Amino acid sequence: MEKRVVFRHAWLPYLLLLPQLAITLVFFIWPASQALYQSVLRQDPFGLRTSFVGLENFARLFRDPLYLDSFQVTIVFSLAVTALSMGLALLLAVMADRVIKGATGYKTLLIWPYAVAPAVAGVLWWFIFNPTIGILTYGLAILGYDWNHALDGGDALTLVIIASAWKQISYNFLFFLAGLQAIPKSLIEAAAIDGAGPARRFWTIVFPLLSPTTFFLLVVNVVYAFFDTFGVIHATTSGGPGQATTILVYKVFSDGFIGLNLGSSAAQSVVLMFIVIALTVVQFRYVERRVQY
Amino acid sequence: MIENRPWLIWLSHGVLLLGILIVAFPIWIAFVASTHHASDLVSGVTPLLPGGYLFENYAQALGSGHQASGAVPVSLMMWNSLVMALAIAIGKIAISLLSAYAVVYFRFPFRMLCFWTIFVTLMLPVEVRILPTFEVVADLGLLNSYAGLSVPLIASATATFLFRQFFLTVPDELVEAARIDGAGPFRFFKDVLLPLSRTNIAALFVILFIYGWNQYLWPLLITTDESFYTIVMGIQRMVTVADAEPQWPLIMATTMLAMVPPVFVVIAMQRLFVKGLVETEK
Repeated sequence: MEKRVVFRHAWLPYLLLLPQLAITLVFFIWPASQALYQSVLRQDPFGLRTSFVGLENFARLFRDPLYLDSFQVTIVFSLAVTALSMGLALLLAVMADRVIKGATGYKTLLIWPYAVAPAVAGVLWWFIFNPTIGILTYGLAILGYDWNHALDGGDALTLVIIASAWKQISYNFLFFLAGLQAIPKSLIEAAAIDGAGPARRFWTIVFPLLSPTTFFLLVVNVVYAFFDTFGVIHATTSGGPGQATTILVYKVFSDGFIGLNLGSSAAQSVVLMFIVIALTVVQFRYVERRVQY
Repeated sequence: MIENRPWLIWLSHGVLLLGILIVAFPIWIAFVASTHHASDLVSGVTPLLPGGYLFENYAQALGSGHQASGAVPVSLMMWNSLVMALAIAIGKIAISLLSAYAVVYFRFPFRMLCFWTIFVTLMLPVEVRILPTFEVVADLGLLNSYAGLSVPLIASATATFLFRQFFLTVPDELVEAARIDGAGPFRFFKDVLLPLSRTNIAALFVILFIYGWNQYLWPLLITTDESFYTIVMGIQRMVTVADAEPQWPLIMATTMLAMVPPVFVVIAMQRLFVKGLVETEK
């Protein structure tokens, strides 16, 4: 949609756009193109010689078992985070939608983890699962399980999944609750009159009507698990033990800043860019169909 | 609900209470740990009830800092976080309002090119292009400065996009009326558009403040000078002490303090926060 009535001015619009464009070009377009450019170069560790290698960095990347491993870790990690946080959030939202009294109170008590930084969430759960003094470690020991995320890759992955999902529940909860409250009550009443019980009503009416919200959240949660969980991982396991919790974003960081392998790090950035662009396109195609101006 | 089944309501309350318990559990443990003496937490298991060192621990964290790892006082880190969060929120809102106004209310050559240049930034979080962005900031000499902490994170299109959507819903008649009354573009922006956007600005402010406060990777990379540490990244430096037991009570006190401002903002501004969240993301 376009405005019918607009102002006419020769230079004012450019002046208005100047700050945003300047910042975007300097801190966004330029670095992003640098990443593209570096991804086809190979530099020795001291930065003395640089040579053009074409797509060699990408070819190496996809032959590198460590990189493929990290892909796998990312997939397991994002699937688990998404499923856990969306499942719990949906359950809580359905319950909150059901209670009329106290719904606002429950909402307030459930939404605040959104404000907790991912890194802080990581530290909190790390403390709870601390191998020497953690309270859940102690509980697990009583149950006969010897928890140690510093040694066991599975434990470490579980830890970062729990911390990441915990932080995301409130976000999903808000969207699910908004989605549930937008469903016309008359539909549900009609189904109830026809004799459908609560469970049947949920699966045949509520859940299908909720599917746009669910799809939206799916994309958002995958993006969250891919990128925003850097803090959770860096503050707790630092990608270890071994490579058990090295997700793709963490690998870009560790290969670039710690390993100083600029070409490889840049190539990984480019791969990630494509993943985000694909996800964003999917999301926008879907949003465009739904949003009505 | 539709049918009168008390047990379903009780079940709902039960599940919700259980959910709240799970969600609040880590915070309770952190709070309890922050009220004990360090020696209580060196061995054995974390206690479940608060101890008697609440004021000592928080005073020490806020004041003298965390000596064992040479960390800076939490009050300074919180100040840095506050500056960073406010700069990001205010800066982003300001430049986004201006550019959305230009794109919606003017016709000029290269309008769509400008719009798309801004729009592509929606797609790439800073984590992805971290190394080149770091180099740009280093070349500009912005390491260890408030500008370096905030300006690069202002470059994103979410706010511009939101304001554009909102401006498109403002009726054309308002512009016509303003023009008949002889108001130019500046007056229209200041006297009509800004007051209309007040709720959106406030809602976005809440979201962006939390976004800025919770930044982790970026301050971690560009601050080497302790006087520019922010609290969320500072915690990590406390945890990874070399050759010493982590001072758990102090770390947990810092964690609690790092959470208080954003959580307070979310709870106090709940209505605006939900509005901002749902509208920014959709």
